[in-house]
Amino acid sequence: MLPATVPTSHYLALSALLFLIGAVGVLVRRNAIVIFMGIELMFNAANLAFIAVGRQLGSLDGQVVAFFVMTMAAAEVVVGLGIVVAIFRHKQTVNVDAVNLLKW
Amino acid sequence: MLEYAYLIVLCPLLGCLINGLLGRRLPKVLVSLVACGSVAASFVVAALCFYELAHLAPAQRVDPGLVQATVFCWIPVGTLQANFATLADPLAIVMCLVVSGVGLLIHIYSVGYMGDDPDYPRYFTYLNLFAGSMLLLVLASNFLVFFVGWELVGLCSYLLIGFWFEREAAAAAGLKAFVVNRIGDFGFLVGILTIFALFGTLDFGAVFKDAASRSYPGDPWMLAITLLLFMGATGKSAQIPLYVWLPDAMEGPTPVSALIHAATMVTAGVYMVARCSVLYALAPASLVVVGAIGAATALYAASIAMTQYDLKRVLAYSTISQIGYMFLACGVGAFAAGIFHLMTHAFFKALLFLCAGAVMHALHGELDIRRMGRLSKHLPLTWRTFWVACLAIAGVPIFAGFFSKDEILWSAFSRGGALGLACWIVGAAAALMTAFYMFRLYYLVFRGQSHISDEDREHLREAPASMALPLVLLAILCVVGGFVWLPFWERGQVFEGFLQPVFAPALALMGGEHGLHAAPLEAAVTAVSVLLALAGIYLAYRAYVLSPDLTQRIKQALGGFYRLVYDKYRVDELYTAGVVNPGHRLSQWFWQFVDDKVIDAAVLGLATACRQFGEGLRYTQTGYVRHYALATVLGAAAILIYCLVR
Repeated sequence: MLPATVPTSHYLALSALLFLIGAVGVLVRRNAIVIFMGIELMFNAANLAFIAVGRQLGSLDGQVVAFFVMTMAAAEVVVGLGIVVAIFRHKQTVNVDAVNLLKW
Repeated sequence: MLEYAYLIVLCPLLGCLINGLLGRRLPKVLVSLVACGSVAASFVVAALCFYELAHLAPAQRVDPGLVQATVFCWIPVGTLQANFATLADPLAIVMCLVVSGVGLLIHIYSVGYMGDDPDYPRYFTYLNLFAGSMLLLVLASNFLVFFVGWELVGLCSYLLIGFWFEREAAAAAGLKAFVVNRIGDFGFLVGILTIFALFGTLDFGAVFKDAASRSYPGDPWMLAITLLLFMGATGKSAQIPLYVWLPDAMEGPTPVSALIHAATMVTAGVYMVARCSVLYALAPASLVVVGAIGAATALYAASIAMTQYDLKRVLAYSTISQIGYMFLACGVGAFAAGIFHLMTHAFFKALLFLCAGAVMHALHGELDIRRMGRLSKHLPLTWRTFWVACLAIAGVPIFAGFFSKDEILWSAFSRGGALGLACWIVGAAAALMTAFYMFRLYYLVFRGQSHISDEDREHLREAPASMALPLVLLAILCVVGGFVWLPFWERGQVFEGFLQPVFAPALALMGGEHGLHAAPLEAAVTAVSVLLALAGIYLAYRAYVLSPDLTQRIKQALGGFYRLVYDKYRVDELYTAGVVNPGHRLSQWFWQFVDDKVIDAAVLGLATACRQFGEGLRYTQTGYVRHYALATVLGAAAILIYCLVR
């Protein structure tokens, strides 16, 4: 029995779904750490999309880009968590709604 | 010398400049010398031009090659070639002699009259500016330069009437004069524009020649032009309906009243009609208007003059009335007679005003004739010269006014027709009233009982030499001034002959010298004039010397009608209610509604709108990062959808 191939569209649909869930998480959640989790989810969704299309096109470019994305995600989390720690030192909270002084 | 005619204009203007810039730092003697000297220089040049003109043949006197001289090219724009050029023809030179001669005498008089005034240099600056402007007006050779002079004399009138501007009455009078003049000037300007539109040029000679060849008597364009120009004349020369500024103008210094509002500026309208005689000849209907308004004004103003108690006001209304005579003369085609009366009027009216000034000088500014009387005892010279002037204006034979007034009345009578006879009757009635009110003035001021307060009596003294000399010279002119019209019965040769080439084209268009020539009829008309004059004098004598209570009884008998005439027919009140107040309300409306609520609202509204927009927009800066993230996501989604859908 040949292994049934999962159509690329399924992968892309899953990727879109994951992206959507990650985006909603970023927009709705108030905890800064959870927002980072949502961002990571969006990154992984993008990774999935790249790899799926890469496999469909038969090139390794998709997997190379995925590596790049993972590296960049790590660097970004470092910087982002550094900012969150700095805010926490002042505000004693990671609620992003507490950082609202630049307003009218 | 004729090509140097511009010097006549230049000298007083230079005097004005010197006195205006340096006057306050110069000693008073020098100011007087500069002022009087510049006008004297004008007079000398004018006399030399006259001498030269008199020796030319009649046709040469109006030859542009000889009498017109371009000083410089002022406005060369397309078809409009308005040069600053002088036209020194007989009419202009006669006017120059009158303006500079009488002006010189009044300048000399002012040296004495205004001697104690702290603003002495300013006075002479304005007076010289006036002299220069009037001479500019008279010597202009095109409508544009003429209008410049016209407006300048209006300005000087304003400056001089309001000379003592701290006095509210004087400031208001100056403003009134200027505004009323402006109304007339509007008509005048539209007339000039029409002339330019029709003829393409503003030069007198070109316009008149073009009009005579292209137009015909009864041409509606000519009618429009002449009526518009005459509108300006009614303003400047104080005729019905724009005369109301002249009685108020008596707030100015008396020499100003003598020069501007008796001898010269107010005659500018008459000069204009005479200068444009060709245009008026081509529009007989407007000549009827000119004559009718002149006659009506003569009668109307004379009636008011009979009731007034203010010395200068009586003379002001007298001026209005006499200028009516001049327009009457032009209306019946007797342009030379009108100018002749202008000249004699300058003599006796200036003399009357200067005598009034001497009286005021002696009585410390008293103007009410009911508080004078028997001044013959204290002011002998003023008394005698005033008497000469009264005889002249009343039209008593051999004095100047007799010749001019009689010539006008005879021209009206001999012209015949409805206009001629009506003008003669009205003119004769006005002559009777003129004699009456002038001698009423004479008897109340100089003869009769004295009503002077005792303290004024202490200060009475005759006028100083600087004031007395012009009085005497003007009195002499009042006596001999009329002789230029001799020989008398055959239509004065000297004066009229000198001016004849100027008016010949107009008279030709009007059908030549028509009218009666019968010597006995002329003698009869003259006799009627003399009888009317003597009757007026006698009536005044009866009313004011023999039986002083007669006037009281007449006033009571006439009742309301007397009060109407005394109130000057309430025309000022009518104008205030009908024109001035609506004008004020209109201005108020423009200020409060159009300016504040429309224009300001538009500008401020724009600013407010910007501000409101900004204030609304700032609420998008909520400070919440999540909101900004949402905005980013929504924007990205929109772009994505757009790319997918396209």
